[in-house]
Amino acid sequence: MSLLEVRNVTKRFGGLLANDSIEFSVETGTIFAVIGPNGAGKTTLFNTVAGAFAPSQGEVAFRGQIISGQPVHKIAQAGLVRTYQLVQLFKTLTVAENVMVGFHRVTSGGVLAALLRKPSTQRQERMIEARTREILEFVGLTHRADVAADLLPYGEQRLLEVARALAASPTMLLLDEPAAGLNTEETESLARVIQRVNESGVTIMLIEHDMSFIMRVAHRIAVLDFGRKIAEGTPEEIRAHPDVIAAYLGGTEGFDD
Amino acid sequence: MTSPDIISTKAPGLAWARILPAVLGLGVLVYAFTSNGYVVTVVGFAAIYGLLCTGLNFFMGFTGQASFGQNAFAALGSYGSAILCTDYNVEPVLALVMTMVFSGLVALVVGYPTLRLRGHYLAMATFALGLITYEISVEWTDLTQGYMGYSGIPPLSLGPFQAQTDKQQLAVILVVLALGVLAAVRLRGSRFGRACRAIAGSEAAAGALGIPVARYKLISFVIAAVYASAAGSLFAHFVGFISPEVFGTTMVVQSFTMLYLGGIGTIAGPLIGAVVVSVLPELMRGLKDYQNIGYLVLLLAILIYAPKGVVGLLDSLSGKWRR
Ligand SMILES: Nc1ncnc2c1ncn2[C@@H]1O[C@H](COP(=O)(O)OP(=O)(O)O)[C@@H](O)[C@H]1O
Ligand SMILES: [Mg+2]
Repeated sequence: MSLLEVRNVTKRFGGLLANDSIEFSVETGTIFAVIGPNGAGKTTLFNTVAGAFAPSQGEVAFRGQIISGQPVHKIAQAGLVRTYQLVQLFKTLTVAENVMVGFHRVTSGGVLAALLRKPSTQRQERMIEARTREILEFVGLTHRADVAADLLPYGEQRLLEVARALAASPTMLLLDEPAAGLNTEETESLARVIQRVNESGVTIMLIEHDMSFIMRVAHRIAVLDFGRKIAEGTPEEIRAHPDVIAAYLGGTEGFDD
Repeated sequence: MTSPDIISTKAPGLAWARILPAVLGLGVLVYAFTSNGYVVTVVGFAAIYGLLCTGLNFFMGFTGQASFGQNAFAALGSYGSAILCTDYNVEPVLALVMTMVFSGLVALVVGYPTLRLRGHYLAMATFALGLITYEISVEWTDLTQGYMGYSGIPPLSLGPFQAQTDKQQLAVILVVLALGVLAAVRLRGSRFGRACRAIAGSEAAAGALGIPVARYKLISFVIAAVYASAAGSLFAHFVGFISPEVFGTTMVVQSFTMLYLGGIGTIAGPLIGAVVVSVLPELMRGLKDYQNIGYLVLLLAILIYAPKGVVGLLDSLSGKWRR
């Protein structure tokens, strides 16, 4: 059984067919990339998978359970955690606090626990703080821990978004164009982070425009064009695929549009 | 883009700016306890408003929502305590807790459908709640005695201890306020509080991390209502008389002014705002006819030159650049 199964997913916005009968599965432990020109329907596919909206047709299964139609937070609680194409940080919180929020899924306690502040709650807080330091260290943001998140330069904001998602100990991580707007050096360090996260056992699905980035990190690639999946395979297969070459290189669109 | 140096270097702090509020607050209290009845009343009102605003700040400052209907819950607490203690001889502290629970339940029932609304709709709905409560307090004369108001409400007491004098009452109010602030501090720094502040930052991202956004909004609405109810109960005992006008829209405007002026989203802000807004008009009595003008000019000046409120101003003075 695959970790994630996208079964015949179609998504319509009025008359627009943003996703047209898309099928693929992502195996546990792999890095799966979705590529395609702007407007191909990649973000829409992510939104459907992560529960931002239900598919018009078809279904999505995660760990064998149908998740399509469930609210976002339920899907996240099941272990499927996403980041956004446009960074969505908690601006008034510090960098460290942003990561601490990420632990929500794997910790417990509500109002009563907060008011009573029992030893077990205090222990949990100390665990969260310690693990937050580790994660910040891991992505290289330790020196920014106490800075308000919106004061970070853009590249570090993207890293923070990944760090926050990592805190949730996801089974599977969905990254929507994590390298968009990053310079070469930042892209490089992001690629390393993604690979190390994957090596620690997290399955990753990502959307990306930067082809060298994709070719380097992805195990499998699916190509979308006008809402349809036109190809799927290993990086080598995709590079040689006639339809992909036609869609990208033959047309006016470049890979790095 | 901000340069790394600016971000990572803390300016040398002016320590006094951080402890200033605490020192001044203490000064106000000492002054109140050594003064006559009138000062005690003003400080008592400030403390009651401080409690109301601490709760409202949870919903507005931390969770980032808007409620124009806190006066409804203050009215519930006030009338609830008045009726329970006067007609049914319930112990004031017990009545306080009972009305808090009742207000919390009302907030739960009202908030459940309302919090599905976004932005302006939510604000409108909460505003309507305040208006409806006002109408009820005016019209349901059998219960509330309408415009006549409810009088003869006993002072606060706990078992054998009766808070006879104004100063004793003020002491009890301050104890409740201290508990309320302590609770707010604990909530703010908890898993729950962080999740609420995350919702204020981005509902989408909060949801994607597994936070049940709608439920947490509802809970923080209930928290704000419970605080407002407690403030209302204290008011009823402190003054001994309540009438519908007390819980009109003036109360909403007043509490908003306090929140924004003191510094929304902080623990000290609502308290500072409550004291400043309560005390300023009194200090300006000397201006006679120009009292209101002087008051408004000062408010405007603070809001223009300290858009993050007094707390924000003190933060920047003390070289603290982050919230
Ligand atoms: N919420 C929406 N409502 C209406 N149309 C949408 C919505 N989201 C995306 N679309 C449309 O669906 C198509 C695919 O968009 P998107 O999935 O964002 O593409 P990509 O991420 O591949 O660039 C585009 O034509 C876009 O305008
Ligand atoms: Mg997109």
